[in-house]
Amino acid sequence: MRAVKEVAGRAIPFGAKNVDTDVIIPAKWLKTITRDGLGKGAFETIRQTPGNVFDDPQFTGAPILIAGDNFGCGSSREHAAWALLDLGIHAVIAPSFSDIFSGNAVKNGIVPVVLPQEAIERLMEVAGEGQEITVDLESQTVTTLYQDRFAFELDPFRRHCLMNGLDEVALTLERQDAIDRFETRRAGAQGWLATGTNI
Amino acid sequence: MASRPRTLYQKIWDDHVVETREDGTALVYIDRHLVHEVTSPQAFEALQLSGREVRRPELTLAVPDHNLPTTPRVGADGERLPIADPQSAAQLDALERNVRDFGIRYIDATAAEQGIVHVVGPEQGFSLPGSTIVCGDSHTACHGGLGALAFGIGTSEVEHVLATQTLLLQQSKTMEVRVEGVLGPGITAKDLILHIIGQIGAAGGTGHVIEYRGPVFEKMSVEERLTVCNMSIEAGARAGLIAPDETVFAYLQGRPMAPQGADWDAAVAYWRTLNTDPGATFDKSVTIDAADIAPTVTWGTSPEDVVPISGAVPSPDDFPHEAKQDAARKSLDYMALSPGTAMTDIPVENVFIGSCTNSRIEDLRSAARVLKGRTKAPSVRWAIVVPGSGLVKRQAEDEGLDEVFKQAGFEWREPGCSACLGMNPDKVPPGERCASTSNRNFVGRQGPGARTHLMSPAMAAAAAVAGHLVDVRELSE
Ligand code: SF4
Repeated sequence: MRAVKEVAGRAIPFGAKNVDTDVIIPAKWLKTITRDGLGKGAFETIRQTPGNVFDDPQFTGAPILIAGDNFGCGSSREHAAWALLDLGIHAVIAPSFSDIFSGNAVKNGIVPVVLPQEAIERLMEVAGEGQEITVDLESQTVTTLYQDRFAFELDPFRRHCLMNGLDEVALTLERQDAIDRFETRRAGAQGWLATGTNI
Repeated sequence: MASRPRTLYQKIWDDHVVETREDGTALVYIDRHLVHEVTSPQAFEALQLSGREVRRPELTLAVPDHNLPTTPRVGADGERLPIADPQSAAQLDALERNVRDFGIRYIDATAAEQGIVHVVGPEQGFSLPGSTIVCGDSHTACHGGLGALAFGIGTSEVEHVLATQTLLLQQSKTMEVRVEGVLGPGITAKDLILHIIGQIGAAGGTGHVIEYRGPVFEKMSVEERLTVCNMSIEAGARAGLIAPDETVFAYLQGRPMAPQGADWDAAVAYWRTLNTDPGATFDKSVTIDAADIAPTVTWGTSPEDVVPISGAVPSPDDFPHEAKQDAARKSLDYMALSPGTAMTDIPVENVFIGSCTNSRIEDLRSAARVLKGRTKAPSVRWAIVVPGSGLVKRQAEDEGLDEVFKQAGFEWREPGCSACLGMNPDKVPPGERCASTSNRNFVGRQGPGARTHLMSPAMAAAAAVAGHLVDVRELSE
């Protein structure tokens, strides 16, 4: 995975609340067996409305998306993160995210930035004017050319993975010994759990 | 010194932590992993590309469900019928190839045991109390009805579990949803969970694991508990839990993958310790009075948009916050509803009985009780029943329920997710309404432009008969 230290550029002033992953990428696009090309289906229903923000040329390729509360709720489909990436989005700023989506985002190098509603409203204005916004992971701030500066929290482990482009599977595979020990301990105390589908 | 009182969630969590990193992230062991055709191909592909193995193949069970057609799968001569949609067929082929390559137990599309992952897991005794269960599907929360810590994961996490049998997690906060009193006659688990989501909101449980507590849940069958926990995700919660008890043990005993003999006794002894200690505290607590709950339906495009069937479509001005007012306006527009319309005046052209929320035998019995001796209204164009698994289907047929449905004008289908997400050919046409027993009324969920009203199986059956939303209790008079 690519390391992300900063995401800077125009932002799409979307702002909608409870944007579910069916909206981000409808089910018909999930029949793929690869991760690529999902940008075509991203926000498909919304893009059927003329004048929608995603087809506004001034936001084409903008790396930041601004949204309302509970972004990415609903289905666990990681296709939502892949679709955003395919659109060129590398950070989403919202007052809250669904737990599953924010996990999927980080694993694909997309930064989920949580900011209070007032900050979102201000950033919506700035984005609407086509001005640039910067999300900086080192200082954990979002800044604008107008000297706005909003600090955000990010789980330290997630931040570390994002900034170093770490692959969690590789990290965990280094801990095989600890997993082996856990399984041995478990085999004594709760042996019935080890059988699984072996019947 | 006595140990600090712990919640059920804390106990299961503690028993699965392999180790905790300095930053508080824990490596958590996963006991059970369910896999289906839609969210797994990219995970297997990643394993292949990096030359990684599946650590414990016997702890993963695979079954196709999401985009399988629900029309017959076997021809007159016992031959397997092809899937018309080439992409769906390719996804199924990929799953079959992957389970073969990695040695994972697979329930084939034509097997009697095939069904929706969340119906199959408990039915096979693969899902067990006190275990950690994951699946690349957000309704994995369902298995919490057995007292398991079960939650949905993304495809990268599917790969992580396959390769390491663990996940890197932050501990969740805990939320108690306590229901006092008893449910009125004819009020179902679905009405209860819709009401709860209406109370706490679609994001009310974000960052939390919910434990459902109170006498109502203790009296519930396992099927009802699965319905409740299933929809925890619609309240934003990662998982929902109900403490396992004798009802759960009786349900599991003798199931194919459940422990047997001495193992069974040891398991039950452990499961009996799985409850929240007196004095344990939750980060959040909500109390709901069961007596307040009527048959509940949705009017909008978020599962929090609920209203009792006796109620009316709300006005955006009824909501305190601007964001919700906006959302309500958009929902009403999409749903083509105007404020003040009585819910019982809303016509439906489609009825879907199925999904991992409500496709188990009790759900089908409850719908069939309403439909017996009745037929769907002529204005209802399409009514289908999609059993949750082949075993549910067979049981229903043994009880003659299929005949009741067919005589009422319903189609009787093969098991799968079907019109719950409209990925296979079962879709609600644009601009039409559907009375649905599924779990999501999102924009376009049941097909582009489809308008979904969520409700219980009995209410969906009643809507089929009346041709509009209706209080099932009035129909039965
Ligand atoms: S029935 Fe619906 S909610 Fe359940 S697993 Fe299938 S698609 Fe997901």
